[in-house]
Amino acid sequence: MRPSVQIKGIREGLLVTLGEGYWPDVQTALLEEIAQKADFFKGARLILDVENHILNAATLGKLRDLLSDHHLSLWAVLSHSPTTQQTAQTLGLATRIHQPRPEEAAPALPSEFEGSEALLLRRTLRSGSRVEHSGHVTVIGDVNPGAEIIAGGDVVVWGRLRGLVHAGADGDPEAVVCALDLSPTQLRIAGQIAIAPAPRSQPRPEMARLRDGQVVAEPWSLPGQE
Amino acid sequence: MSARRTSSNSSNPAGGGKVITITSGKGGVGKTTATANIGAALAAEGYKVCCIDGDIGLRNLDVVMGLENRIVYDLVDVIEGRCKLRQAMIRDKRLPELYLIPAAQTRDKSAISPSDMVRLCDELRAEVDYIIVDSPAGIERGFRNAIAPADEVVIITNPEVSAVRDADRIIGLVEAEQKGPAKLVLNRLNASMVKRGDMLAPEDVLELLAIQLIGLVPEDENVIVSSNSGSPIVLDEKSRAGQAFRNVAKRLTGQEVPFISMDADDGFLSRLGKMMGRGG
Repeated sequence: MRPSVQIKGIREGLLVTLGEGYWPDVQTALLEEIAQKADFFKGARLILDVENHILNAATLGKLRDLLSDHHLSLWAVLSHSPTTQQTAQTLGLATRIHQPRPEEAAPALPSEFEGSEALLLRRTLRSGSRVEHSGHVTVIGDVNPGAEIIAGGDVVVWGRLRGLVHAGADGDPEAVVCALDLSPTQLRIAGQIAIAPAPRSQPRPEMARLRDGQVVAEPWSLPGQE
Repeated sequence: MSARRTSSNSSNPAGGGKVITITSGKGGVGKTTATANIGAALAAEGYKVCCIDGDIGLRNLDVVMGLENRIVYDLVDVIEGRCKLRQAMIRDKRLPELYLIPAAQTRDKSAISPSDMVRLCDELRAEVDYIIVDSPAGIERGFRNAIAPADEVVIITNPEVSAVRDADRIIGLVEAEQKGPAKLVLNRLNASMVKRGDMLAPEDVLELLAIQLIGLVPEDENVIVSSNSGSPIVLDEKSRAGQAFRNVAKRLTGQEVPFISMDADDGFLSRLGKMMGRGG
């Protein structure tokens, strides 16, 4: 069976993924593919994903030269094999194509607190605006009827909450919704949906959470002052 | 009718006349009535004013202004180059400083683009002091055409939950287009219904929308009569709605005008005064 050669255009160039097989056959399959689609490949920058193939410097260097005969520049070689990665680095080829992850580039600021990501919005959300965030959402302003907040975590509104809010949208039953005036059109926590009671004349800060599978609202106050 | 072309207009970014777009989101709240009346009130103050009907395909500003039978060319004719700008400007019967550019009735909103409106209004700025654009209902092409040339946006709403909801949406869109902050006119207020608690009070509307109020217009049967007869209510000295629209026009020119009393509910006015003072 002919080894597989998959080609995909990505931002950095053409990503060519080579399947398993005896390396000389794989190389032949690649070169045949290039010869067949000469117009498509012409002048391209190649990123080869060789997966588990273990390649030494001579083999990889030969392939690079063969590619340059076809006017192709080999820019990067991706592999699961540390040997192949080292070979590629020796030849001056890149071994990964995406930006390193932020936590690798810059260590997080030292903090004694374990936290999770929150989005801070310092404006009023008007009808028709929709905010989706995988972490928590904090709003300094009002959430008007017709506005929607969908959060993976908690939702805190320092203002009037009158729109639709879904906290714990990924299914977290521990999520809470707090607001200075908790009068949402509809409130959802995890899989539970609740409709707020009729608005009160004297609103007070409240926190909604799940208790025994029901959405309940409790006064939102300093601990010990309830 | 003293000519009062003050220097207050010279601060416009594009120079010349100022473009004010009247919009609402919801239909039937009084955009066209407000356009005709604000335009007429400004013209009566001595400004040169041109109203533009942005509701292509559903024109009716010409009917409300009583100029339907004088239409020769329309907005689309100007934009497509079939006539000169001045040929499409219909002079009002009563106010010589008031003009109307009517919408085309046989076309639709896609006949013009937002940049067409900007070009047309830029040309008009040299001719007049105020350009009042009547926006169609909705948030689609027609609305974007109307909003594109605006220096200032006036949102009309009624004290009804659905109208206020749409106004809120529109305010957000206007902010997104960087045409904000919009100003608010609350139209068709029925003071006795508010008193009975059967209608949203102006405070409720302002609390939600949180933009500057420049007009409280009482419900008035004579507005319908004047629309049907094509004679703006602001020309009726005795009408309270007419007085309210005259005040809106004055506030748009930068004059400070106290709000007229709605019924005898002075408590509301003092509360409103506090709200306005706080909101700035």
